[in-house]
Amino acid sequence: MMSNVTLEVNSVRKTIRKREIIKDINFTVRKGEVFGFLGPNGAGKTTTIRMLVGLIKPTAGSIRICGYDVKKDYKKAMQHLGCIVENPELYPFLSGWNNLLHFARMLPNVGEERMMEVVKLVGLEQRIHDTVKTYSLGMRQRLGIAQAMLNRPKLLILDEPTNGLDPAGIREMRQFIRMLAEEEGMSVLVSSHLLSEIQLLCDRVAIITKGEIVKVGTVSDLLSVQERMSWRVEPIELGKEVLRSLTEVMETEDGYVLTSFDEEETPKWNKALVKHGVKILEMNRRLPTLEDLFLELTDGGGAGIE
Amino acid sequence: MSNLIQNEMMKLLAKKRLLIIGVIVAVLIILFTYAQYKQAEEQREKLGTDDWRTAVQQQIIDIQNRLSSSRMLDEWREQLQVTVKQQQYYLDHNINPSEPGAATFTRMFIENASSLFIPLLVMIVASDLVSSESSQGTIKLLLTRPVLRWKILMSKYITLLLSISIIVAMTGVLAYALSGVVFGYHGWNAPIITGFTVEAGNVDTSGVRLISQWQLLLMDFGLVWYIAVVVGTLAFMLSVLIRSTPAGMGIMLAALISGAILNNMVSSWESAKYFFMVNLQLTNYLSGVAPPIEGMTLLSSVLILFVWWLAALIVSFIVFIRKDVY
Repeated sequence: MMSNVTLEVNSVRKTIRKREIIKDINFTVRKGEVFGFLGPNGAGKTTTIRMLVGLIKPTAGSIRICGYDVKKDYKKAMQHLGCIVENPELYPFLSGWNNLLHFARMLPNVGEERMMEVVKLVGLEQRIHDTVKTYSLGMRQRLGIAQAMLNRPKLLILDEPTNGLDPAGIREMRQFIRMLAEEEGMSVLVSSHLLSEIQLLCDRVAIITKGEIVKVGTVSDLLSVQERMSWRVEPIELGKEVLRSLTEVMETEDGYVLTSFDEEETPKWNKALVKHGVKILEMNRRLPTLEDLFLELTDGGGAGIE
Repeated sequence: MSNLIQNEMMKLLAKKRLLIIGVIVAVLIILFTYAQYKQAEEQREKLGTDDWRTAVQQQIIDIQNRLSSSRMLDEWREQLQVTVKQQQYYLDHNINPSEPGAATFTRMFIENASSLFIPLLVMIVASDLVSSESSQGTIKLLLTRPVLRWKILMSKYITLLLSISIIVAMTGVLAYALSGVVFGYHGWNAPIITGFTVEAGNVDTSGVRLISQWQLLLMDFGLVWYIAVVVGTLAFMLSVLIRSTPAGMGIMLAALISGAILNNMVSSWESAKYFFMVNLQLTNYLSGVAPPIEGMTLLSSVLILFVWWLAALIVSFIVFIRKDVY
């Protein structure tokens, strides 16, 4: 059992100046899975990640990477870890290769061969000897991953890995992360504040808000939270009345009417609206937003959880 | 550990810091060489002779004229009286106090550079050794490797010591090489008098000894290196404590400059001698210039600097090992 767990977080707390930033966090990451760490900005994602990688010391609790305690067995724990915290900040005045050399020198048994391997893995062969300040953001991101892979980590921690990338870059990154988990059997912990991203990328997810994990589960569990339909109709009062006679209705602040989404029912509601002479300006399927999810999860137990 | 030091040197060289420092030193030395040359020429014209005795004699007369002015601070008066006595001693013993040559120029340059110029150069390296990693964010990569934090800081400190040695050596070599073009490459064995002690405005010549210039140069460089290490370590500590390199540099600069100012006005504030910046003119003890505050000796200054050095080092390591990195 234990050998399958690459990261184990036990009752971790962090108090800064008497304010509890992180309140009793528990979760595990297993071998070969992509684990999402989802929460709005300021929820404590980055603080937690910094504790996992040893940059911040927890006030209480323990963190184990491949069975080694980050506090007591720091060196051994770090040997199994690769990480990028926030942006991949590398030395802009050194070449890509010298950046890798710099970090390889800090690791046991990483030679030129392995450096060559990771360069190939992230596809930077062409530009590796240019200085990093001439790199695009996407290339920096890839070099960041290359340095994180130098020690063949069992656990890779990536903080907001798609931040600032263009759509093509985001897709590429996603495929790369899936490949690492599926083909190399690596565990990858990814943090994000975007639900859509977690949906596409992760196997399991932990949702964190205000320094607490409110739920850990598989992504499909989370998706069972109902999708919604949003309507923009005119006149709005009449439209609302018609819909209310057929289903439950909510109104948003910016003038949309929200109903549940159902492939069977929605066309019927549409027909009814038309029949009553209501103009339909816009109809949209809406994925639940992170806020919706939190509302669902923190309000009365939540439907369809685990 | 040698891997880590290699890393630090690689970054330092890529930033071209030492090269910039080398250029600054070279430009300054060329300027001073020219100034010195001009001064010597003017003196020759004024006195109409090459003889150093006439020049020293003239200096003594000049100072005595200034001493007769009634509007002069007591401290200044004392200091000038001491100078007159020293010059007289040189004259009496028939020794040229400033034998021309590159060696003499180097000695004068390093003595004058010891309390402000060299510390400034060292600051260029020391101030951003740690804080640049914090402000670039690379500290996060540095501190998530399987290497203990104290080793990382130690590698940076050793790199600092290496750079200081390079800077001091470079200054010496450049001063000798560049000024020699004008003054000639000689003067190593010129006799120099050292061991004047100043007490209550009186020059005590009982401890005076005659040594070769190269011996004095060696002592000067040793002291300058020591000063540079102390100032460098303090700047290093600020670099650990403060994320912003300019802020750390500003604080250090303010301290150094206030030291230069304080030196001229603290003679009646006795406890000021515990400030590190008042103790930076170690080479003055060798040439017998009166200390800024009575009772200060070479030993007391070296000890006070040592305490500052040790405290800065301890604070640096404790803070660096313990701090949370955001």
